[in-house]
Parts: sequence; structure tokens; C-alpha cells
Amino acid sequence: MDLELLVGIFPQVLLDGILLGFMYALIALGYTMVYGVLEFINFAHSEIFIVGAFVGVEILLGLKSAGVLDSVPWVLVLLLILVAGMLASGVLAVSVERIAYRPLRHAPRLIPLISAIGVSFFLQDAIRLFESIWRNAFNLVYPTLDVLNHRYDLTATVDVPLKSLVVIVAALLMLWGLWALVNRTKIGTAIRAVAEDQAAASLMGINVNRIISLTFLIGGAMGGAAGVLFGVQYGLINPYTGFIPGLKAFTAAVLGGIGNIPGAMVGGLVLGLLEAFAASYLSLLTGGAFGAEYKDIFAFSALILILIFRPKGLLGEVVRERA
Amino acid sequence: MIHAAASIALLIVSGAMVAVFPRSILAFLVFQGSLVAIYVARIPAWLRALLLGTALLVMMPVIGAWNGYYLEVATQVGIFVALALGLNIVVGLAGLLDLGYVAFFAVGAYTWAIVGSPHGNIVFGGGFPLSPWAFYLFLVVGLLVAAGTGILLGLPVLRLRGDYLAIVTLGFGEVIRVLANNLDKPINLTNGPKGITPIGRPPVPPFMSYSEGFYFLVLLIVIVVILVNRRLEDSHIGRAWEAMREDELAAQAMGVPLVRSKLLAFACGASFAGVMGVVFSAKQLFINPESFTFLESIGVLAMVILGGMGSIPGAVVGATVVTVLNLQVLKGFSLWLNELKNADVTVLGYNLANLPTQLEPAKYERMVFGIILVVMMIVRPQGLFPARRRQRELGQ
Repeated sequence: MDLELLVGIFPQVLLDGILLGFMYALIALGYTMVYGVLEFINFAHSEIFIVGAFVGVEILLGLKSAGVLDSVPWVLVLLLILVAGMLASGVLAVSVERIAYRPLRHAPRLIPLISAIGVSFFLQDAIRLFESIWRNAFNLVYPTLDVLNHRYDLTATVDVPLKSLVVIVAALLMLWGLWALVNRTKIGTAIRAVAEDQAAASLMGINVNRIISLTFLIGGAMGGAAGVLFGVQYGLINPYTGFIPGLKAFTAAVLGGIGNIPGAMVGGLVLGLLEAFAASYLSLLTGGAFGAEYKDIFAFSALILILIFRPKGLLGEVVRERA
Repeated sequence: MIHAAASIALLIVSGAMVAVFPRSILAFLVFQGSLVAIYVARIPAWLRALLLGTALLVMMPVIGAWNGYYLEVATQVGIFVALALGLNIVVGLAGLLDLGYVAFFAVGAYTWAIVGSPHGNIVFGGGFPLSPWAFYLFLVVGLLVAAGTGILLGLPVLRLRGDYLAIVTLGFGEVIRVLANNLDKPINLTNGPKGITPIGRPPVPPFMSYSEGFYFLVLLIVIVVILVNRRLEDSHIGRAWEAMREDELAAQAMGVPLVRSKLLAFACGASFAGVMGVVFSAKQLFINPESFTFLESIGVLAMVILGGMGSIPGAVVGATVVTVLNLQVLKGFSLWLNELKNADVTVLGYNLANLPTQLEPAKYERMVFGIILVVMMIVRPQGLFPARRRQRELGQ
């Protein structure tokens, strides 16, 4: 075993893990917001997330074919696709709630979950159908913006591309913004009130349906932003790409304590680091017997273990358990 | 009387349709539909049994002789009926949403694939493949191995709340698939993504063709599975499952041992999948991890939901409809669209030859499953053929 190699790649692996962790944290916000208010796993969130990525790539490809992609400042381009992705995903999340979840709100727990699984599968193929007709291809590659690939040296051996810094900064900003929205504003108070007790909240003059729609809008928009950042960072997307990151992000939400916004970040980071280290070190440590493919097993084992031993998550469920 | 006459006439007419147009998908669909019609028609039980028996035991093999593909479809339907009935125990009766059901199917399939093919030599040393007769023994071995896996998974996770349990089983299904994909090292157990082939075929009676023999084998297993299911449903344990599904606390107060009942449900459901896994691997001759994805789990779930959770006829009909949709309707639509494209047909001034090449209707299984799940949950959560007890409950 080559100790020098193990130590040498450490900073790079750490960086990859943090990056992945913030990605999971952003996606996890959608799960956590909705679960906090409705105690319902929005299984379709992974597709709401990937729709954001598709909106982003369509705009970039559109700009590129119009020949203006390189003449517009990259910050503007990035802002444009972020806002568009957030808008599309947010509106999609609200419509999904209106059509497929609201009629089932008082049904037994598993009924809306099954409906959500159905929505997830439907959306995957709906994206595929749309892209097949529109572009005759559904595996899409993000056009590269050269500026974003510029690498900054952190140390002699570790460098970081600008796009990764953008992802981390954007994620931190959004996590902070959401936390402030929920804890510092009137709307946030209403959201927390509905999470606590829908009947009492409506007696206090809160429009429960509107708050639930708003929750989906915010969670969906965060998912859409994550989708755009995912595309910018990793490049290749298809309609089925969202599923596994979605599942991992849900794991992250549970890990940190579902319904808990800082928990989503902690859970995301823990899971991202776990995966990055498993992916890089497992093969080295076992002499190639177990490869990077086992990282998924680590993630799901983490989920199973946390649910068995500490179902409230690392930071604890914020929403009180209801009977 | 009218029902009886209509049923007999329907069966004869639809059989004749298939005889006249052995290549027509529509004719075969009408034949399948007539079986459902006979099942729901108000006719004496003996007549229903006679008609269905004739259709499945006599007409189906004859149709298979005209068009071998239909026998293949019928065999596939049989496999999925057994799977749906297994999942029906877990989801429908016990109310535990299992999203990784296909994992048990995979366990059964790999059990026979490893010992029934030369691949066993790599794992255990010499002496493989086992004699084809061992297949029948391994139906039981597959059952036991899958049931054991079910208990192993169930022990730690069954204390979880319903929706968490769903996600954990999903994760478990993915873990099994990742393992199957990567256990070609350090010990080559599954041969990784390349899969295992050729897998041994079971011997069938000498007076029938292999595919006919296999069809009857699957039919026999399905009949056994249905009988077991019916006995379970009304048994002590079946009622305990349903009590648990309705209200865990109340069930526990009435003396239902929760963990043991849930484990039993998991093991029962898993064992059906294990048996069918063995059958599936022998039928396919080749398996690899691609056959055991999350998509398959949801497919089986869609069958149970479509038919009605907890309902045995529902699971049978649901499995048939979904399998036929996938194998025949979507594929048929694809072929038809291709023909139109090649024939240069113009619709409303749009030349169909210009349709995007990536547009393949056969690939939209997920959309079908998704629509089934959402629409059924909103419009008819009790399913097409609701279980008797559930019907009463939802009627309140």
C-alpha cells in the first residue's frame, strides 16, 4: 500500500466530497421542506431536480446556436439559467402537488407515496418524450463555458475549477437564504405553523393550501437550482440521471434530521464525504478487490443504519412527531 | 343464462379470431379480454372453471402452435402473475410498501443460474452444470434462499415507519443490484455485468415441445401460488396481516405479534419471487443485473395497484394487463409507427418519415407504470378488482 499516494490524494478527495455534499444538501432541501410540512416523501423531487438541469441545458444550447454564448458575460448566463431552472422546477413542483398529491392529502400515508412514485416515473419518460421530439436526443451535454473551467491552485498539488467554487458559494447562499426565510420572516412563521398543526394554523387565518403550495414552490426551486448546478458541474445529463442523486439526497435529509434545514447541509456533507472517500480509497485499501462502485452501498447502508439507530437524524427532527 | 351463453360464445369467437389472424395482436388481446369477461360474468362456478380451464389448458397451447410468440407472452404473464401475488402479500395484505421486491427475484434467479450453468465451476470448483433434473429441486432451494434473504432484510428494518420502510427496501434492491454487478471480484460469484449463460433448462415430458412444457410448468406454479394465497388470506396469519395493515396498535393490542407477522409476510412474498426467479433464469438462459432494476420492482407494484391491493384476482388481472401492455401494445405500437414511417405516410400535411428516430414507443414503460400508479391512486385506490374486505371498508 502506498502511504504517500493515500495522503497525496487526500485534499482532492476532501474537495470532491464537499462539492458532492453541497449538491446533495441543495437537493435534500426539497425533501426536507415538504416532509417538514406534510410528513410526506416527495418521491418525484428527483425529477423536479433534473428538470432544472434540462431547462439550463436547453437555454445554453439555444444561446450557443444563436452564437451569443461567448459574448454574454458568464455571470449573467449563469444567473439566467439558474433563475430559469428554479422557476421551471418550482412551477412543476406546485403543479405536481396540485394534481397528484392534494386530492390524496387525507388518505393513508402510503397512498400519496405511491402516487409520488408514479409521478416520478411519468416525469422521467415525459422528459424523454419531449427531448426525443425536440432534439431527437435525450442524453445532453452541457456546453462548456471556458471561464468556468479555469482552475485555481490551492496548493502545489490541489487545484479547484471556478465552477466548483460557484457551486459551493451558490449552495451556501441558498441554504442561508432559506434558513432565514423560514426562521426570520412572516411567511416562514406561517410555514412552521402549518407544519406544527394545520387546523390550528388555518384558525389563525393562514391559508393552509397556499402555504403548502409555497412550500412546494420553494423546495422545487431549490431542486431546480441544484439541477442547473449539477449540469454545470458534471456536464452529462439524461432523464434518468436525477434518480440516484435524488435518493442519495433523501438519505442526506434523513441523515441530518428530516424537516431540518441545517440538518440537510450536515447530512449532505457527511454523505458526500463518505462517498468521495469510499470511491477513492476503497479500491486502494483493498488492493482493487472492491472498487468505487461500492460507494452506493455505503450510502444506502448509512441510510439503513441511521434509520435503525437514530431515526431522528444527526441534528434531530425539528417537526414534532405526530401520532 | 344470457351470461353463460355469451361467455361460451365470446371464448369461441375470440379463439376463432386468433385462428384466422394468428399474427394480429388485436385478436390475441380480444382472446385475453374474453378470459377476464368470463371471470366476471355471472355464471355457475363449474362453467367458469370449465371455460377458463379449456382456454388455458387446451386453447392456449394450440394458439402457441400457430404463433410461438403468444405462448412466450403467456409464460411471461404467468411469471409476473406469481410475482404480483407475492408482492400482494407484502403490500396488499400486510400493508408494507416494498420497493425492492425484485431483489428476491434476483436472488432466486442467481441461485439457479450459478449451479445450473458452467459458471458454477468457477465458484465451487468442478462438477457443474448440475443435471437438468436438479432444476426441480432448486425451485425449493430458490424459495428457501429468497425467504431467508427476506428475513435477513426484514429483521433490522421492519420496526421502521411505513414510508421509511419503503425507502429502505428501495435501497436494499439497489444494493443487491450493485452487488450482482460487482461480485465478479474478489470471488467471481455473479460474473458482473457480463451475466451468466448458458443456464440449464428443465426437462419436460417428451410428448410436448419445450416451450409448451415450460408454459404448463409456469401454469402449474401459478395455480399452486394462487391456492396458497387463497388459503393464506383467510387463515389466522392472513387476518393478522390485514389487522396490522389497518391499525398496528389495535392489532398489537389484540395479540398480533407485529415483528413476527411482518417477517412472515416478507418471507412469504420473497419466497414466491425466489421460485419465479429460478423459473425466469431457466427461461431466459441468460441473466445479468440489468434484468433486476428498480423499474421491475415498480412494474410489479403497478400490477398489484392496478388490480387492487390485497385482491388475488386483482393481482392476476393486473399482472396480465401490465405485461401485455409492455410486451404487446407498446411494441405493437412501435412496429406500427415504423411501418407508417417507412411507408412515407402523410398525416395532416406532416410526413411521418420525418418523425424523430429516437421516438420509440416501446421504451415508454415507465410512463405506463407512472400513469397507472397516479391515476389509480386518485381515481380508484381500491383497484379494478377490489378485495372483498377492502371493498367493505372503503364503502363506509
